[in-house]
Amino acid sequence: MHAFDYATPESVADAVVMLSDQGKNACVLAGGTDLIVQLRENRRRTDLVVDVKRIAELNALSYDAATGVTIGAAVPCYRIYGDAEIAAAYPGLMDAARLVGGTGIQGRASLGGNLCNASPAGDTIPPMIVLSGEAEIAGPNGTRKVAVEDFCTAPGRTVLEVGEFLVSLHFPAPVPNSGAFYRRFIPRNEMDIAVVGVGASVVLSEDRSSFVSARIAVGAVAPTPLFVREAGDALAGQPVSDESIQRAADLARDAARPISDMRGTAEYRKHLTSVLTRRVVEGAVQRAKE
Amino acid sequence: MSKKVHVQTTINGEAVDFLCEPRNSLLEVLRDDLDLTGAKEGCNNGNCGACNVIMDGRLVNSCCVLGVEADGCEITTIEGIGSAANLHPLQQKFLEHAALQCGICTPGFIVSAKALLDENPNPSEDEVRYWLAGNLCRCTGYDKIVRAVLDARNGA
Repeated sequence: MHAFDYATPESVADAVVMLSDQGKNACVLAGGTDLIVQLRENRRRTDLVVDVKRIAELNALSYDAATGVTIGAAVPCYRIYGDAEIAAAYPGLMDAARLVGGTGIQGRASLGGNLCNASPAGDTIPPMIVLSGEAEIAGPNGTRKVAVEDFCTAPGRTVLEVGEFLVSLHFPAPVPNSGAFYRRFIPRNEMDIAVVGVGASVVLSEDRSSFVSARIAVGAVAPTPLFVREAGDALAGQPVSDESIQRAADLARDAARPISDMRGTAEYRKHLTSVLTRRVVEGAVQRAKE
Repeated sequence: MSKKVHVQTTINGEAVDFLCEPRNSLLEVLRDDLDLTGAKEGCNNGNCGACNVIMDGRLVNSCCVLGVEADGCEITTIEGIGSAANLHPLQQKFLEHAALQCGICTPGFIVSAKALLDENPNPSEDEVRYWLAGNLCRCTGYDKIVRAVLDARNGA
């Protein structure tokens, strides 16, 4: 591994200064489960690793039934699903937080890191998109907010500019009669990279017979995790039925632009996108009824 | 080469100071500098769990932790879990169930299983298998390992 310096700023402002001073030669360390491996394998090179775990905002985890949840960008997965109130309010997010790597990875890996790593197959990103997640970014010009669906721009690339870093993620409070679900397809039982992953959130009418609104996002079928707005919109106002859900699944499949690789062919992935979308919307509907 | 950093930790209950470069992983520090060679280097990329240690109460892959990040932390390695004269119940059960063949993955499995039993003294088989999903064994096929952990539970 190429040599680098290591810094542990204790405030957002200090981190911004360090990152700005070093420009492209600095990188941000949270759980390290992607970054340390990438540095070791010379897929990334850096002169300065800025460990953000001593900054209070990066470790914040707070839930309010009225305003929602704020999750510091460095909060590891185990803390998120270990919080009974948050786990109960956001089961769709827990689906993903519980399957990022094994237990040892979940002791360190964060949702913020998963987002910044910007893998097309990042498991937590589709559920963060469908839950209308918002990323708070700090930088030399102050803070700005970006919707999670707009955060990743290409494999391994994000909207973060030089000197900027992700501070926290915010998700609105769940509304009545709503539910969310994430599922991925992998050939093993555990510990694998998604061939396809699909997240869905739905809001049902009071009698739960029709969709008020829905959001659907797919992973591993495009250069970035993909928000398929038209698939969710197609459900709005429709009865909860096999036909309406299949229509949304068809739209998600049509939006998928997968490649063929060792995990599956493009044709297989498109088929899986349709099947998974149907099952995931059904799963979200089930949760909305619970 | 960047300057070495002074790191203060507690390892297996004893205060341990060391110097390391920021690029050295905790696994490298343990094995190469502190002579704690129980944690193994398997994949060196977070997949196999052979390097598992417990850091401030959480199971981590020490290949994916920088040595400098351990400053102020409390670490338990396999060396702190039992000794030849005084085996931990998990170690005893691994022997009784012959839950190992080549043995490279065994320290990681024992550390990982200890972290599980510390948090959940009476896990179901599903919970054991799910928890240990990040520990790979290419010899045993896992059944004996899972049985050994189940047999080491408080209620067993």
